Amino acid sequence: MKPTEILFYALTAITLLSASFVVTARNPIHSVLALILTFFCLSGHYILLNAQFLAAVNIIVYAGAIMVLFLFVIMFLNMKTEDEESKTTITKLAAVVVGGVLLVVMVAVFRAASMATYNPSTYSAKVGLVENLGLVLYRDYLLPFELASVLLLVAMVGAVMLGKREPGDRHF
Amino acid sequence: MELTELIIKGILIVVLFGVTLLIAMYSTWAERKVAGFIQDRFGPNRAGPGGIFQPLADAGKMFFKEDFIPSQANKWLFILGPCLAILTALMSSAVIPFGESIRYEDLLIPVQGVEINIGILYVFGVVSLGVYGLMVGGWASNNKFSLLGAIRAASQNISYEIGFGLSIIAILMMTGSLSIRAIVEQQHGFAWNLFNQPLGFIIFLTCAFAECNRTPFDLPECETELVGGYHTEYSSMKLGFYLFAEYINMFVSSAIIASLYFGGYNYPGMDWVRETLTGSLGAATGHNLATLVGTIVLFGKIFFFIFFFMWVRWTLPRFRYDQLMNLGWKTFIPLSILNVVVTGFGLLYDVKYASWAIVIVMVIMAMVSSARAPKPAVQPQRT
Repeated sequence: MKPTEILFYALTAITLLSASFVVTARNPIHSVLALILTFFCLSGHYILLNAQFLAAVNIIVYAGAIMVLFLFVIMFLNMKTEDEESKTTITKLAAVVVGGVLLVVMVAVFRAASMATYNPSTYSAKVGLVENLGLVLYRDYLLPFELASVLLLVAMVGAVMLGKREPGDRHF
Repeated sequence: MELTELIIKGILIVVLFGVTLLIAMYSTWAERKVAGFIQDRFGPNRAGPGGIFQPLADAGKMFFKEDFIPSQANKWLFILGPCLAILTALMSSAVIPFGESIRYEDLLIPVQGVEINIGILYVFGVVSLGVYGLMVGGWASNNKFSLLGAIRAASQNISYEIGFGLSIIAILMMTGSLSIRAIVEQQHGFAWNLFNQPLGFIIFLTCAFAECNRTPFDLPECETELVGGYHTEYSSMKLGFYLFAEYINMFVSSAIIASLYFGGYNYPGMDWVRETLTGSLGAATGHNLATLVGTIVLFGKIFFFIFFFMWVRWTLPRFRYDQLMNLGWKTFIPLSILNVVVTGFGLLYDVKYASWAIVIVMVIMAMVSSARAPKPAVQPQRT
């Protein structure tokens, strides 16, 4: 086996293990930390694909910002005791049905999808580097890119709107 | 990669790692000496001449103290916290270029741990992970004060990361590269980014203070409100790791400030020095000596910034928490966005010093507002 293959299989094993630990962990803090480990493994996969920019951004955005907020909220609420009230039979049943439907959809998609093959003679190893990514984003996919940024802006304005203190609100 | 190149690179990485640790170690001594100087006392002067062995004595004490884990604490996370803090602190110095290149026969080996084309993003990623050490440690202690300190640290770091990132965007726009080496090489000689980006420098410096949890932003360990902050329950070398991580962070952020804004290993007249040395000592030796001079210059800049960190710590009082948040969100983020826009206009119309316009307007506004502010009535002194 080549070293990259060994790395790939090791990373994949850690990814799957930590991802399943996210679901099975009893303590929410352990679950969040396992999720952070999963994101790290995904970044490792990006590096193996020579997409360094994506790897760094994945770590900055998901591990560095979003998961910190997750951890923050869980620490604040201090959810140590299990909340059994929210786990009625009907919610469990609904969760099983939704999960099963999602599984069916994904299996159907992956069966129908064709894997893109690559041609070693024309393939450029630099395709995932930041310069090429920037060129593609700003030349070929400018409109979707800008629309996505507008979407993010709308979400941000919405968050500010929700968090804004209105006259008559209680001061904490 | 050839074996000789690999060996030289390996030696280089070990030396850089050792230098990082050594500087962090002696920063603790320097901090106390500077505090002593500013407060008009001696500082440590018992262990060795001028207290030079004080860090060794401190380390010995740290190692031999009782390593205590509270009974209600989450044991593994309690151990993981300081490990994460020191790990992330040590990781970030890998991409900083400490010098030009070492010449060995025909090989040119850059004085840098690893050169990646997204160096500055790597630094960001590692810096944003630094907060986990504090949060995990503070939560695992199972102590209200530790938790409050951890939450303060997290919210402070997240808030200031935004200003931190936006202030660099202006530099990236001017350089057109994410690699720290490319940014440093563009400041060849005396074309330092400081002269083009004064506002970005001030924002970056202040955010670096906040990211390192240094005074005036050391609210996570505010003794009067929080006992000791996130490391209240820690003792022995676990506490030592937290404190050590702070000093390593200080060294790394000084190195990044020096590289981004103060030209890194560039200094005026470097071409002349290089030509004279290569002319008189031969190509290889002269080249290596010129690189060494550049590295020494970079370390001079780094030491200045470490001193600056200490100087500010012993001069300014701590902020209040709402003042800290207002400064981060309502001042630095809008200012750095304005800086990005003005730099963009400057690049479009080829005005290199566009960012100075904001600084001049701000200084004028500050002067006008202080002139128009009602003067406090002079109280006649009672006798």
